[in-house]
Amino acid sequence: MSDERSTPMLQITDLHAYYGKSHVLHGVNLHVGQGEIVCLLGRNGVGRSTTAKAVMGQVAARGAIRLKGQDILGRKAYEIARCGIGYVPEDRSIFPDLTVKQNLMLGMKDAKAVGRWSFDDMYALFPRLKERENTPGGVLSGGEQQMLTLCRTLMGDPDLIMIDEPTEGLAPKIVEQVGQFLLEIRKRGISILLIEQKLAIALDISERLYLMGHGRIVFEGTPDDLKNNAAIRKEWLEV
Amino acid sequence: MEFVVISLLNGITYGLLLFMLSSGLTLIFSMMGVLNFAHAGFYMLGAYFAYQISSWVGFWPGLLVAPLLVGVVGAMIERYGLRLAHKFGHVAELLFTFGLAFLVEEVVRLIWGNSSVDYPIPAELDGTLFTLFSTDFPIYKGFMMLISVGMLVALYGLLTRTRIGLIIQAALTKPDMVEALGHNVPRIFMLVFGGGTALAGLAGVIGGNAFITEPSMAAAVGSIVFVVVVVGGLGSLGGAFVASLLIGCIQTFSVALSISVTDVFALVGIALPQGSQISRLTITQLAPVLPYILMVGILIFRPRGLMGARES
Repeated sequence: MSDERSTPMLQITDLHAYYGKSHVLHGVNLHVGQGEIVCLLGRNGVGRSTTAKAVMGQVAARGAIRLKGQDILGRKAYEIARCGIGYVPEDRSIFPDLTVKQNLMLGMKDAKAVGRWSFDDMYALFPRLKERENTPGGVLSGGEQQMLTLCRTLMGDPDLIMIDEPTEGLAPKIVEQVGQFLLEIRKRGISILLIEQKLAIALDISERLYLMGHGRIVFEGTPDDLKNNAAIRKEWLEV
Repeated sequence: MEFVVISLLNGITYGLLLFMLSSGLTLIFSMMGVLNFAHAGFYMLGAYFAYQISSWVGFWPGLLVAPLLVGVVGAMIERYGLRLAHKFGHVAELLFTFGLAFLVEEVVRLIWGNSSVDYPIPAELDGTLFTLFSTDFPIYKGFMMLISVGMLVALYGLLTRTRIGLIIQAALTKPDMVEALGHNVPRIFMLVFGGGTALAGLAGVIGGNAFITEPSMAAAVGSIVFVVVVVGGLGSLGGAFVASLLIGCIQTFSVALSISVTDVFALVGIALPQGSQISRLTITQLAPVLPYILMVGILIFRPRGLMGARES
């Protein structure tokens, strides 16, 4: 349970979003508490990624989005990032021609910024990145790219990270590693909004879950609530 | 031998000047997705600004101030014009730059008149650098080369050795992600547009007195610059460099070659019918067309250009 220690990290209220004329989100309400891992589940195309993009200021939206109590809806994407949100998009968006190290450098918002995380922290978490420090990001394997994009986001010292389908296309062992990694960064006080389709990892690491369907939240509860509700799983998640 | 060396030197000089123009155009295109039709207009502005400044205080201050001024004009146009047009999509942006090209030309005609202006090569740079065989190589061409190569080195250093260069490189392919990482991408766009137009302005400063400073100079060089960018591959700096030198050399060599089309076809074993119009043409007469023939060939056989990454 989120114990509402103070204002939530992220509070989304009655969020509507649009791609051109098509209305994609129909009044989404959700929140992420401080230091909480919250999972946003749902099938493809129900609006999970759009929710993250709306928070990032990358799609037209109305409603209210508050980060640590501060209204961020309508701001520019780079300003929102500087308020303390890290965003890992579904396609990972590695800069393919730049080296691993350069990718990490770009995660830092300023050249001199001293955040919670250093290059050495990243290399300690993933020794593989150290080995491939001078390799172009584009030639890394899928799993390595996922590690790189997560680490790149951490270099920006966010308070909240939104991660879109980090486990897509990864081997089970790597999926487990990603889960461990998310638990590890939560220990450092970072809140996580995890967008997923795989029920297993969602039930495993998150404290609360939201289930989306047709641009709305159709279920909210703990992993146990969802485990015990076969009907809702069948209607909105299973294929 | 003499012909080859001199033509090569001339070709490289001209090619480097083309690269100064096309580098900005291709950077702006790959980052913002805007094909800036007005780019050659900034080349012309550079020449006219330099003419005006040199008539007041001499060539050297103009060399520095004119490109900066053009860059500031470019940055302002991006900030207060193009950025607004961007909201309405690519067609609006294209029309904007298209209109801008006409606007620049008309403004130049209004201020400086319809005929060419007297923008001379400074006395210090007027003369012969060296004599090769029996041909003089002017100091000013050497100076153009020096400026172009200096610009090339500076641009390369900026892009690969600085943090802002790193951000620019990343934004070339994934501007949204760069912005999501907290970098002020709209400002980067403005700087790149300003920088690109400043380079075009610099090319105008040193090209304006090497050739002729007149209101039609933008149109004359504009189409060639587009050929360079298409041949090199839209959005590729390396490609633009190779294509600039290639087209620079093609133009200088072909202008100086007096062999006829019949001879060229004979070389590859094709006999043209005697007495036809085409068989009497010389390569020199064809020179202005050759870059476009090259472009059409590239578009047919390699649509993404020599080194381009995207198909468009």
